[in-house]
Amino acid sequence: MGQTIAQKIFESHVVDRPTPDTYVLRLDAVFCHEITTPMAINDLVARGKDRVFDSTRIKAVIDHVTPAKDSKTATQGKILREWARRHAIVDFFDIGRNGVCHALFPEKGFVRPGYTVIMGDSHTCTHGAFGAFAAGVGTTDLEVGILKGVCAFRAPSSLRIDITGTLPAGVFAKDVILSIIGRLGVNGATDKVIEFHGPVIGAMTMEERMTLCNMAVEAGATCGICPPDRTTVDYLWPFIKDDFDSPEAALEAYRRFAPDEDAVYDRIVTHDVAALAPQATFGYKPDNVKDVSELVGTPVDQVYIGSCTNGRIEDLRIAAQILKGHTIHPRVRGIVSPATPRIYDQALREGIIATFMEAGFCVTNPTCGACLGMSNGVLAEGEVCAATTNRNFNGRMGKGGMVHLMSPATAAATAIAGTIANSDLYGGR
Amino acid sequence: MKDFDGSVLFLDRSDINTDEIIPARYLTEISKEALKPHLLEDLNMEEFDPQADVAGKRVIVTRSNFGCGSSREHAPWALEVNGITVVIAQSFARIFRQNMFNCGMLAIELPDEMIDRLFGRYAGQAVSVRMDFTNSRLTFCTPEDEETVPFVISDFDRRLVEAGGWVEFADSHY
Ligand code: SF4
Repeated sequence: MGQTIAQKIFESHVVDRPTPDTYVLRLDAVFCHEITTPMAINDLVARGKDRVFDSTRIKAVIDHVTPAKDSKTATQGKILREWARRHAIVDFFDIGRNGVCHALFPEKGFVRPGYTVIMGDSHTCTHGAFGAFAAGVGTTDLEVGILKGVCAFRAPSSLRIDITGTLPAGVFAKDVILSIIGRLGVNGATDKVIEFHGPVIGAMTMEERMTLCNMAVEAGATCGICPPDRTTVDYLWPFIKDDFDSPEAALEAYRRFAPDEDAVYDRIVTHDVAALAPQATFGYKPDNVKDVSELVGTPVDQVYIGSCTNGRIEDLRIAAQILKGHTIHPRVRGIVSPATPRIYDQALREGIIATFMEAGFCVTNPTCGACLGMSNGVLAEGEVCAATTNRNFNGRMGKGGMVHLMSPATAAATAIAGTIANSDLYGGR
Repeated sequence: MKDFDGSVLFLDRSDINTDEIIPARYLTEISKEALKPHLLEDLNMEEFDPQADVAGKRVIVTRSNFGCGSSREHAPWALEVNGITVVIAQSFARIFRQNMFNCGMLAIELPDEMIDRLFGRYAGQAVSVRMDFTNSRLTFCTPEDEETVPFVISDFDRRLVEAGGWVEFADSHY
């Protein structure tokens, strides 16, 4: 019987089957940040097991609140920092070199097709864009991952989504994934791996695939996976060039993780995007999705462009293209957080940062910040934010605040209009 | 093993997310005990008072997709430090469910009709649960009567609960 991508990765990493339905997998990478890791570190210390399974396979970053905003967040950073030093974790990223984990780690080439990755963060599914099985886990799974390099999962069941058609102008990866979540519902993919296929995926950049896979968890999925192809190899080439004779050879090697033609899926969905319009959420669940045109005129207090979903260079370019020559509405606070130092640097060189500033945006350092309502743009009671992030739960960006999720293009147009607006109003492509 | 017997809190809503169970602003805490006063603080439901309604409860009965959203294990911890060790729902988000078993706690899925029945029959009353973990049965008790309900958890989850959690299990196996 044919196998899905997840089944192939599971079979190649299994170290134990404690029960027939359970796979204990060997981990290729364990990612850590300062919010969920310190409790794991403290517990390991308390148990007298302050060890790591492999310091080269653990990557750590301080990203959620950086620079620290108070004594508590300073302590979280300190615990992670001292632990990284103690165990000689080379790939540890502190202030000045840090950025949002799911943007920073791919940029460093830490994820490869066929990898198994865990992190104490639900959006770890982002890394599935590289053809890896990457799952968000809690602190206990993380703790065992750090100590033993293993994690237990149920036998994978996969949902295949074939994305067909051609994306219309002004419609982006974010609109695609919002429309998919709207269709599947917030638990439509629970306990499943979503495999994304079709010509739309083939035409997407790695950045766009990351945006897509990033939000798989908002439909409940364990991971979103794009099959590795030439785009994947080209992105990774600087990191893998010593391992393969040629990109073709790398692609050939990675094909072992491509799904079989007769792979068995739990469900197959065809999602045509030819007539898709820009999407945005309303209310407090990410599956509450409408065409932006239905939400036009909704007033917002803040516009936030950033996060692991849409804080990459392409996102900033698109937003800047719309903002160019405009100033944002006087009632709107605009905040942009480039997701990594490299993206920030690139945006500076391309004049994108200047465009944002001329439009009246505040540019912050790379951090999660406002995305989870911890710093850098927390909402007050009753305030509304148009955000390029991934979660619109009640209070997500601050108690009593509400969030509309949308693409960077829509967010930029909304900043200018002061109310939710379609980007074509300002020459969005 | 933890204690699974005690009073029930009914939460009649689907998709209760981990931000509602424990808001992100408390993620700066590095002790589980500090989470205690903030459990379900952002859950806006009519006639629900987080502080008063959570006190003295052991079991939550709720609808579908409980624990969706963030992977934060602070959610099960916030339950645990408040004495809640069992959540019974139509379904769970994967990470939350795993976190519960990893902590040696119970996330029990019951069929939709059964959850409907439990809400119809018991919500709003003083109800307690008696757990027969070995035989996978739980009994709902009111002063007037009792009702026993069978449940299914995976063999692996059962072993985690028996071991006291995933750290303990992994330690003796890997
Ligand atoms: S940017 Fe937001 S969603 Fe992404 S890792 Fe940071 S807090 Fe989580």
